[in-house]
Formats: sequence, structure tokens, C-alpha cells
Amino acid sequence: MDGRITGISGPTVTAKVGGVKLCDMVLVGHAGLVGEVVRLAGEQAIVQVYENTLGLGVGEPVVGTGGQLTVTLGPGLVSTMYDGLQRPLERVRAAVGPFIRPCRDIPPLDTAAEWRFEPDRKAGDEVGAGEVIGRIREGAFVHLITAPVPGRLGEVRSGRCTLAEPVARYADGCGIFALQKWPVRRPRPFRRKLPPVLPLVTGQRVIDFLFPLVRGGTAIFPGGFGTGKTILEQTIAKFADADLVVYVGCGERGNEMAELLEEFRTLKDQRTGASLLFRTIVVVNTSNMPVAAREASIYTAVTIAEYYRDLGLHVLLLADSISRWGEALREISSSLEEMPGEEGYPTYLSSRLAAFFERAGAVETLNGAIGSLTMILSVSPPGGDFSEPVTQACLRTTGVFLMLDAALAHSRHYPAINWAQSYSLYAAGVTGHFTARVAPAWGEMQQRCRELLQREETLREVAEIVGAEGLQDGDRLLMMTTERIRNEFLCQNAYGDDAFCAPERTAAKMGAILALYDRAEAGLKQGLSLDEALVSRVASTL
Amino acid sequence: MRLSEHRYRTVASVGGPLLFVEGVVNCRMGEMVRIIYPDGTAVAGEVLKISGQTVLIQVFGETAGIDLGAEVIFSDAVRRAPLSRSMVGRVFNGSFEPIDGLPMFIPEQWGGVNGLPINPTARACPEEFIETGFTAIDTLNTLVKGQKLPIFSCAGLPSREVAAGILRNARLAGGGEFVVVFVALGLTHHDYSFYMDALQEMHTGFVAFVNRADEPVVERLLAPRFGLACAEYLAFSCGMDVLVVVTDITNYCDALREVSTAREELPGRRGYPGYMYSDLASLYERAGRIQGTAGSVTMLPVVTMPEDDITHPIPDLTGYITEGQIVLSRELHQRGVFPPVDVLPSLSRLMQRGIGPGHTRDDHRRIADALYRHYAKGRYVRGLEAVVGREGMVEADRVMLDFADAFEAEVIGQGEARRGIGASLDAGLALLKRFSLEPP
Repeated sequence: MDGRITGISGPTVTAKVGGVKLCDMVLVGHAGLVGEVVRLAGEQAIVQVYENTLGLGVGEPVVGTGGQLTVTLGPGLVSTMYDGLQRPLERVRAAVGPFIRPCRDIPPLDTAAEWRFEPDRKAGDEVGAGEVIGRIREGAFVHLITAPVPGRLGEVRSGRCTLAEPVARYADGCGIFALQKWPVRRPRPFRRKLPPVLPLVTGQRVIDFLFPLVRGGTAIFPGGFGTGKTILEQTIAKFADADLVVYVGCGERGNEMAELLEEFRTLKDQRTGASLLFRTIVVVNTSNMPVAAREASIYTAVTIAEYYRDLGLHVLLLADSISRWGEALREISSSLEEMPGEEGYPTYLSSRLAAFFERAGAVETLNGAIGSLTMILSVSPPGGDFSEPVTQACLRTTGVFLMLDAALAHSRHYPAINWAQSYSLYAAGVTGHFTARVAPAWGEMQQRCRELLQREETLREVAEIVGAEGLQDGDRLLMMTTERIRNEFLCQNAYGDDAFCAPERTAAKMGAILALYDRAEAGLKQGLSLDEALVSRVASTL
Repeated sequence: MRLSEHRYRTVASVGGPLLFVEGVVNCRMGEMVRIIYPDGTAVAGEVLKISGQTVLIQVFGETAGIDLGAEVIFSDAVRRAPLSRSMVGRVFNGSFEPIDGLPMFIPEQWGGVNGLPINPTARACPEEFIETGFTAIDTLNTLVKGQKLPIFSCAGLPSREVAAGILRNARLAGGGEFVVVFVALGLTHHDYSFYMDALQEMHTGFVAFVNRADEPVVERLLAPRFGLACAEYLAFSCGMDVLVVVTDITNYCDALREVSTAREELPGRRGYPGYMYSDLASLYERAGRIQGTAGSVTMLPVVTMPEDDITHPIPDLTGYITEGQIVLSRELHQRGVFPPVDVLPSLSRLMQRGIGPGHTRDDHRRIADALYRHYAKGRYVRGLEAVVGREGMVEADRVMLDFADAFEAEVIGQGEARRGIGASLDAGLALLKRFSLEPP
């Protein structure tokens, strides 16, 4: 499986190499750059290199690894920061300094760290494939160590262990390790998929109340630059009601990632009181890191997320932004000289994206537990134009569409989610849940709130012509109420105490606004003027 | 290492800045070559693409006068930038050759031209306030050390006066000053001499990389990389605070498009190559601070928006990479406001960390928010005024109109004079008081 480089163009390397299969991982050049076989043609293999190819020479060796691009899964993933190829950035930094240089032999998981293995089975037991033989605790999470193939256990350890040595052995001497490898592009198996029905509380009123998310669902929020995508992603990462958050910085800004890390380190998880970092895994490929690794980064992240889902956890995957992934795909496709589709994107953009979205979902795991993987992805449409291919491809598969509006952002209305254009396909099911569990009037209030905002839209056009003074009292009252809804309810400061709002408080807030509206409206009906009705409103609230 | 120099006389074709050489064995991606013209002139080039024994070379310099008999010498090395403290005070062209009449300095070390990505875990959060002396920036869109904040301008607007004003007036929180790396891309002689005058006034010194409008387009792609290699060296090896001013990014992108088209690549939006985002990111992302290191690289690129269109690919991609933008407005300029900064579409993403107690003043956030909110309201009402007329408006709206006018004239408009952050905040506060709009 050895070969030689015959051609180089950007991140694409042509090599004369035999014995490799499509999607195999290969090591390219004397430096051993990681690459993936993307096409085979006769004796030639076209390899996508995940690192900078500058200085790579024709004639340098290409070596097949015999396997696909994989991630390493096991205890120690949590609170680590990885690049798109799952290199642990902290340890890379310790090894080669503040700038990322090619470096090898730094395993994704710390093999020297000690864990406690608690066996469920003992030597002499017959185990089937996938059967749990023991567990390792990592903070709040319990890793299940399973038998890879059926057989009789020859030796089972107990207590202190590291990832470098087996925790058990089969009778024939083969070891069972606490870590496993999984190809990033292959979804991990589960027993069956469940319909997503349980809400995922984000703590953002506009989302939870108007456009709710579910555990196992998918959401996108597209918006031009400056509309607050990153802040919204990060706020959700901090407060969402998930057991574990996998955050992918896909082609975004390095300074923002540094800020995010520091915040995660200092902020406390409001449910457990521990640092947020202990429920977070960060995968980051900033915009100046190699483009092919950016393409791989979302797959690395989703595979890690699936692994934790399989432990029976509710996992939230946040990616900022999926457009950068699409662009990486386009760059790679163009360096492979493929026939372009719309706007230069390859024609397989939408099918790849749809397949990626399908990795979300609520499942019954192989061990019978219930786990879920929810995805929230931001989209950065060029020029803020939603008709572009990535946004459109996302819209076909996603369950929640939160449209970020530049006009709202310019008037500092954050989160700048446009309430007229956004939608949630999960709303119907989740409303029932909130109505039953949180507030009996939830569904009714939601409907009224939508109606008021809708009527305001019509009235606003009239008001722009005749002036606010020219409106009837009832309409002016409505405008005042919707202004309150917009300013006090839909707006939410991501930095203050209001950053997280529990569903109970969301319901109470909306209830209060609607109650005042009803009272003033009743006043108007009794013949009071608007001012009087408002005074009576004040009087009655006092 | 090759034991002998590889020389070829097998040029197969030449077109624009690109050269195909055939029968080449063992060359490297990005390898430096020297091309000897029939008349003896030598120019530099770089390997862009290798396909078997055919090599595509990008020529840095004029290709007029070349023929197929030209000799190409392969160096077995990729391009490196010579680095030294004695760069400060010097002026170079886009190929890093001195053009100020002095001899080349002796490098202390050689560094990669493209730089290496900063490990995100090694980055220090940008949070140190930089006082630019302009209220529109300091109060409402605060710049911090390690940030990249572009100026979005339109043809005919005084972007160079704004940039020069920042060069002249920028001070660090502790009162320290910047070393400036100035990169001029495709600049006319007129603009160039304006900037050079501004640079000569710097106390702490500058390094300039100049590619003028009539100089080779390919060097336009190289000059900012040399500039940033130099900035990184001064910042992270010498511990200096470096401010990098690149003007004009639009010329850079046009050069990128020109070379991409010559390479017959598939064009993206408006003919710009599909990889323009990654390419721009490889420049902009080099700004930052590193934990445990004294220096910093702060970037101030100037982008002239074609057709005043902020959704044009160049400002659009820039905005997606940089941490905010300062947008200049033709309307304010016509009304004689300097600097003509439109604060509504302007933004500094890193402002939150750089203001308030310990950085500027405790009331900074409150004043900024109040000014912004009322001005936005005023601008909205201005739109209504065009429909219903001032007379048809309620009193409260008329007040907002006056507020917006006064805000533009007095707070944004400050002329050439430098305003400290204290004075800037006071000006904003005084205006809010006058209109009884004080923040709570």
C-alpha cells in the first residue's frame, strides 16, 4: 500500500498507489500529512489532504493506513478542545507551541490518564457482541465498555486503569479496551428511531414560546453578518437543557473561540453548578485552518455526539456555521475539477447535507436506553440572501427555521429572530407538552401572541401613512401591547440575568402582558378613552 | 535536499503571470524558482500546481519579454520572509525589496510567508481598549487590541483620512503607541504619498510594503503576507503592539480574481474564486494576541465597496471573517460630517469585553446603548418624515428628528481634532441630557 506522489494542486494530491480503497485514510509525504482517498482511477488515487500542502514534493511517499478516517471515542472526551481531525489542541499546544504546526503521535485521548473501571461481568462469562462488560465514570457521564465480538472472557480487571491497556481479555488473550474507533462518515447504529416529542428548552423566550425545538430535532438559523448568529449559538450552548453540548466552530473566528472557551471555563452550569466546560466538547477549525479539515470537522463532531447519545444522554450539537462547511465542500469539489451545480457548489451538496441532518434524532440505543441528538446549525448566506443553495438545501430537511433579520439586528433587537418568517414543524406536539406541564394557557397564549403580532404588521402600514395619532384607540392599544411584546418578551439580553428564561417565567411574562391588554381593552369597551383605560390598567396592576 | 541545482529550458507556454514548464522531476508545492529571460533579467516565481512532470509557475514580476527559451531554476525551498527588528522605518515593495534607497537589512531569522494558524487554545481574549480618538469608534464601536476591524468605504469617501487619523491618534490603554505595518495594495501615487506623510509623523515607527497601481498584480497577493509575517515577528517575537493597516482589500481581491481567471479556475460570485473566503481568512485571522506573549497584532483593513454595495462579495466575505466593521456613509460625508461613520450598520463584536470598569468608564455601556437606541429611532422617524412631513408628526417624533441631527453634527462629527474617551462619553452624555433622554 505504498506509493508516490505524482501531482499536487492545492489540497488535492494525485498518487500512484495500489491497494487503497475509496475513503481510506492515507499518510502523505515525508511529513505524514493526513489525507483521504476521494477517487480511484486506474493506478492513480486522488487524495484530499487535510493539512497545508506547501512544500510537499512530487515523488514523496504515500502510505495507506488500511482504514478510514476515524475518531477515537472513550472517557476523556469531555471538556477537551479538538480540531477538525480530533487532534487535542491543548496538548498540541503543549507540544509545539502557540502556532499549529504539523505534529504526529498525539493521541486524541490522554492514554496516561487514570480511570476507574467497574466490571459488570467476570472472567469465564460468555458475552455477546455489544454486551456491556463494565463501566467507567467520567464526571457525570458513565461510559459503557462493551464487548466488540462474542466470546468467553478470560480476564476482567477492576479498579484503576488507563486507556493504553485492556480492561479485559478474551480467553484467547485478545484485549478489550475502554476506547473505540469509529469511522466519521458512518452513522453509529441504534435499535430504532423514536419520534421526537420532548421539548428542548433553550431558555430563549422567542424560541421556546413561538418556535420550539425538540430533543432529536434539527434547527437552522440563517442570517447575514452582524445578525447575532454566533451569540445566539453560544447562548444556547450555555443554557440549553441538554446533558452534553458538542460545539463545532466550523470556519469561524479564532478570537471568538478564545472568548467562548474562557466563558465556558468561568460560567457555571445552572443545573449542576459545575463549570460549563464539564458538559462541553469543542471541535474547532477556524477559518484559516486547512479547508479539508473544516469539511471533516462536522463529521468528527457528530460522531462524538452520537457516541454520547448511545450512552443514553441528551446531546446537543451546535455548529457555527454550516455555510463554511458547504464552502469547504465547494473548494474541494472545484480542486477535484468536478462539474459544478448551482453557484459552483457540487451537485451532491443537498444530499450530503440531508444525510448529515439525518444523524440527528431520538433513538433507543443498542442497550435499550433512550438518547437523543439535537442539531442547531447557523447558516451564513452570502449577502444575507436566503435564496442561495446552502440555505435552501437546509430548509428542505430542517424542522425549525429561525430567520435572523438584519433590520431587527440594526435596531439592536436581539435575538434578531423574525417572528413572521420563522417556523417550527415541532410546534404542535410541543405546545401540548407545555400546556400540560407548564401553563394550561400556553397554547392559547401562543396563538394570541401570533395574532397580535400579525395584526400589528397590518396596522403598522396604516400608521406609517396616517401617523400613530390617526389610529383608533383599540388599534393604538394593540400597537402599545405588541411593542411591549417585542421589547420585553421577544428581546432578550444575552449578557444579563435574563440570558436564560425558564418556561414558567416565559409563560408568566406573556400572561402578564396579555392580561393588561385584556383589562385595557375591556375599559375601552366600557367607553373609557385610551388614556383612561391605560390609567385603569395601572390602577388595577397596583 | 537536492545535490545539484535543477535548471530547465522546457517552458511550454506563457500567458499573463503564468508559466508552464515540462519535464520537471521532483519539484515541490510552493517551491521558489528563478526565471532568467533571454535578455538576462531574472524574476522570481513560485510553483502553483504540479501534474506529473508539468509544473505551473506563477511569476512575480513582468512577463513581457519572456520567450519559450527562458531558463527556469528550481530552488528546492519554499518562500520565506527575512525578519529583523531593523525592518522598522523601512519601505519595501511587494517582493520585500527595499525601495527607500537603503541597502537590504541582514535578517535575524527567516519565517514562513503564509504564517501558521494560531492554536485557538493559545489565543488570549482581546479585551484591552484602544483609543482611536474618534467618538464614533471609541464610544459606539470600540476597538480592542488583537481585533480585526475593517473600514467599509465607498469610492470618493475620505477613508484614507479616517485611516490616517487612527494612525496618528491611536493610543493603547496604558498610553503606549503602536508600531504600524502599512500595506499599500494597488495604490495610486497620490494616495501613497498621502499615507507616507502620515506615517512619517509616527513616533514609534512603521514598516511599509508598497505595491502601486502600475506594479505587478501578483505582488499584490504577496505584499499583505509579507506585511503580516513582519507584524507577527514584531509582535510575538519582539513583544511589540503592532497595528496593521491594509489598503485596499478590494484591489487585493481583484488581483486574486485576475490570477484565478488566468489559471482557468471556476469562477464564483461575480467572477471571484470560490476560495476567496478561505484566502481572505488566511490574512485576517493572523490578527490576535497569544497567552503569555506581550505583543499583539491588530488589523485595520480598508475595503472600498464597489457600487456602495455592502452585499458585494468583498465586503460580505470580509464581514463574515472580521470582528465587526466601521461603515462610512456618503450621506454624512455630503453633509460635511467628519468622520462620516454610519453607526447603525457599524459594529464591533469585541466591544463588550473592552469597555466598562477597568477599561473605559462604568457608564460606557449605558451611554452607548442609549445613544444608539435613540439615534436608530431618529433615523426611523426620518424615513416617516419623508412621507408625512414634519408637521404631520407627533411632538415626540419631532424631538427624535432633532436628536438625530444633533447627534450626527456634534457627537459623530468632530473634525480633525482628537477626542479622548472621557470627552467622547461626556459629549454623548451632554447630548442625551439636552434632549432629556438620559440613560437610567
